[in-house]
Amino acid sequence: MVQSLQARASPLAAVEEQLRILGQPGGVPAFQERMAAAGLFPLHATGITVFQINVGKLCNQTCAHCHVDAGPDRREQMSRETAERCMSALARTDIPTVDITGGAPELNPNFRWLVERSRALGRHVMDRCNLTVLCVPPQTDLGEFLARHNVEIIASLPYYRAEQTDAQRGAGVFDKSIEALRMLNDLGYAKPGSDLILNLVYNPVGAFLAPKQSEIEAQFRRELARRWGIAFNHLYTLTNMPISRFLEFLLATGNYHDYMQRLANAFNPAAVAGLMCRYTISIGWDGRLYDCDFNQMLGWEAGFGAPQDIGEFDVVRLNSRRIATGNHCYGCAAGAGSSCGGSIL
Amino acid sequence: METYYRPSDLGKFSDMGRANEELWNKFQAYYQAVFAEGTLTEREKALVGLAVAHAVQCPYCIDAYTQACLEKGSNMEEMTEAVHVACAVRGGAALVHGVQMRNVATKLSM
Repeated sequence: MVQSLQARASPLAAVEEQLRILGQPGGVPAFQERMAAAGLFPLHATGITVFQINVGKLCNQTCAHCHVDAGPDRREQMSRETAERCMSALARTDIPTVDITGGAPELNPNFRWLVERSRALGRHVMDRCNLTVLCVPPQTDLGEFLARHNVEIIASLPYYRAEQTDAQRGAGVFDKSIEALRMLNDLGYAKPGSDLILNLVYNPVGAFLAPKQSEIEAQFRRELARRWGIAFNHLYTLTNMPISRFLEFLLATGNYHDYMQRLANAFNPAAVAGLMCRYTISIGWDGRLYDCDFNQMLGWEAGFGAPQDIGEFDVVRLNSRRIATGNHCYGCAAGAGSSCGGSIL
Repeated sequence: METYYRPSDLGKFSDMGRANEELWNKFQAYYQAVFAEGTLTEREKALVGLAVAHAVQCPYCIDAYTQACLEKGSNMEEMTEAVHVACAVRGGAALVHGVQMRNVATKLSM
């Protein structure tokens, strides 16, 4: 299996190197300049509705586009103490949605406790699931656990064919993903009349933008039903972010400048209103606070006077905080926009 | 090496509007309308565009429509089939002219 950038001691494992490259997008105007020209700079939050917890970088896969540089060789994991501080902070708010991500978040020993506690607080819970983790032997009861707690599953599946999926996510991932999707359908996920929600996430398998969400969703629905009898609720399209391992791919294939140009050409001021950083707070495995999961991976903590640690969580101050932006933000503002909830427009 | 085709020239396509903006704008409006979703989906139109790009052997068009097909959700198998359609039509076009060859040869021969 491919190792993480960190395990390979790649220069890109250092965020300083990523930021240096992102600062030289080759003829592409700085994101902040485009935002200012559109009268949208600086960007501010509009109130937090999503409490996104990244519980760590451990994953059973090493996907080629991973913005987290996650993998089996990573050891960063949210401790029980930090998880408890997260729940304590959440309990003091009325933020309706808890979004748990990683890595493969289910591999964190505190994952199930976080789900149970969040549900006990009456919050909607989303699990960003790579699907294959549901087939890992110690996790074979995971699907039942998620169903029992009515957890919405956001499952990664970049294409409805093995060739493309395995090229991005690793050999054999597609077959296991199909097995996991069938198991979730059998548990009632995405079945007519069921309130168990199974949404899929599409990432382009390469240096191009995502299709129109409604069209690719229809394609997936038709092909997954026809080939494997699989049902799902919705499909979300996400743009690949030019950081971490996807940045490595862009550089190695000579696509970096063209991709940045493609993103910048597709900059859409109308998508900015719905950027996920405006309604999300992202919490790192160590309890630090960020504007989004991408800023978290670049080490950009919430700034401009906002609280920076879960122990200082103050929803009033965070609700209208100023958001840190950089050239990678073109990824979320291109075309129809991209967020954890799919296309923005 | 100097070459007639430079990939970076694709990005200068809009320079064609400099000496005649009116015609360029009309072309752009028509072009956008053609590729907007109609009876055919945008994905299907991009595949048609890819096939035609190969038939007219335009490297700029091949570059642009390959990217467009990927961004509309098509895969390599579908795109390869589209190229074969262009190949078959071009090959058929050559072959059907064989009838003309046969007509001429028949007329000239005893």
